[in-house]
Amino acid sequence: MQTKRTIFPNKALPYLLLAPQLAITIIFFIWPAGQAVKSSFEREDPFGFRTTFIWFQNYTRLFTDPAYLNSFGRTMIFAVAVTLLSMAIALLLAAAVNRLMRSGKLYTTLLVWPYAVAPVVAGILWWFMFNPSIGIITYVLSQLGVTWNHRVSGLDAMILITIAAAWKQISYNFLFFLAGMQSVPASLNEAAAIDGAGPFKRFWTIVFPLLSPTTFFLLIININYTMFDTFGIVDGTTSGGPAQATNILVYKVYADGFLGLNIGSSAAQSVILMLIVIGLVFVQFRFVERRVQY
Amino acid sequence: MVENRPVLTFLTHAVLILGVAIVIFPVYIAFIASTHGPGTFLRGVAPMLPGEHMVENYSRMLAAGHSTSGAPPLWLMLINSTWMAIIITVGKISISIISAYAIVYFKFPFRTLCFWIIFVTLMLPVEVRIIPTFAVVANLGLLNSYVGLTLPLIASATATFLFRQFFLTVPDELMEAARVDGAGPIKFFKDILLPLSRTNIAALSVILFIYGWVQYLWPLLITTDTRYYTIVMGIKRLAAYADQEPQWNLVMAAVMLAMLPPVLVVIFMQRLFVKGLVETEK
Repeated sequence: MQTKRTIFPNKALPYLLLAPQLAITIIFFIWPAGQAVKSSFEREDPFGFRTTFIWFQNYTRLFTDPAYLNSFGRTMIFAVAVTLLSMAIALLLAAAVNRLMRSGKLYTTLLVWPYAVAPVVAGILWWFMFNPSIGIITYVLSQLGVTWNHRVSGLDAMILITIAAAWKQISYNFLFFLAGMQSVPASLNEAAAIDGAGPFKRFWTIVFPLLSPTTFFLLIININYTMFDTFGIVDGTTSGGPAQATNILVYKVYADGFLGLNIGSSAAQSVILMLIVIGLVFVQFRFVERRVQY
Repeated sequence: MVENRPVLTFLTHAVLILGVAIVIFPVYIAFIASTHGPGTFLRGVAPMLPGEHMVENYSRMLAAGHSTSGAPPLWLMLINSTWMAIIITVGKISISIISAYAIVYFKFPFRTLCFWIIFVTLMLPVEVRIIPTFAVVANLGLLNSYVGLTLPLIASATATFLFRQFFLTVPDELMEAARVDGAGPIKFFKDILLPLSRTNIAALSVILFIYGWVQYLWPLLITTDTRYYTIVMGIKRLAAYADQEPQWNLVMAAVMLAMLPPVLVVIFMQRLFVKGLVETEK
């Protein structure tokens, strides 16, 4: 691992400097994660008097439980829908801003602030507009002959959280796409224009391919975001309902463990989620990010 | 711009105006709702134009809160949120900058191991270790306290990486010159490295302030005492109540207040925000 050409000779000081970070990491991250792994192999009786070691039973039970498999499937659909929706809109907006000179700054300011909106707040904003009795969008939909009720229809509820989650993420994707586009050398575009390529052709054959590292990076970040950071959106609006339709994995861990007190099953679910994050982080650092070297 | 195409430029503006409208519309509707009286939401459609109860709604929520849904006055929750965001920002930056300093400017046994331990935090978001982390905090007696709200969140791999990357770009000659002049590690850090890191610290502060402000699950887990509620978690109680009795004007006033501080930070510190976001993000 890289270091400076000359270094300070102190022996104890570096440990002292690292101590706070390491202490917090070990006490609040690594130790609890270890506990989660341990209790995922155990069963606790309902009164908490006895725990028995049961090998992989919590896991095998999960993967034969239709409710868990359903939650898994819903999470995948949710992640793909949010990622595609917010990235597509962000790409379009970034391409548009990139064409402009001065007014582009104003548009950027107007587009980036939702980054600072908490997911739960984003959820409630859209929940209000889709309110079955007084929501504005519900009203417009009913004028078009569409009945909307996310309290009854699982599909409606899924669309609601997808829109809220995608809305919040547009700003993030927009900024990264814009930064990526601005680093494409102008000479490439100019050369292609001289050869007679129009703006759309130039975008798809020059800019978009050169953006592929950004696109891939955002793909991973967005999947990560939808799987974990959208907890607030679900908890603030649908609470996993109706009939488990929006019970995504991260919400189910919380609902089963913290509210339902099914510790063993919730721990096993946590471990599965951990493996998913580890996979995502691995892909991100191995294939995307070259800035960080070990 | 490579060539002049009026139609495409027109289309560009049209797309952007539509995009901005989609982004702003939900907040506009929320703001409008927060300016109406309670009667407006009993039937019909939520209003599109401002009402006359704005001052009344906001002052009532700020001063008294919403006792039927168990929400304390909003000023209290806003102060808690501000404290939480500031403590997290300062805490994360302080412990990360010194860990990065240790990793870059010293050689010691287990250096790589320490680096990997810090790296691991990226793989363990709160959401995947809810119950055991809650148990640790409960055993330490930190439920319902500012320490409990903030301390477990201030480990930061991303901030450490950012400072590490930055320190690696600082010319080696600076440190050699400082050593020739007799400066020890503490003096070098304080008088040379810290001033050089100013912009990075500022940019990171913007991102971390927002990170701290929007925390939801963590305060939800460890606060049961309304004195420690943060506004972002308090919103949920209000909203759940609004579903039974439509007092959307009050709920939306709270929503607006929960959004305002971090959004203002982004708008007024946009340069730092963009720098912080694009450079730190993992």
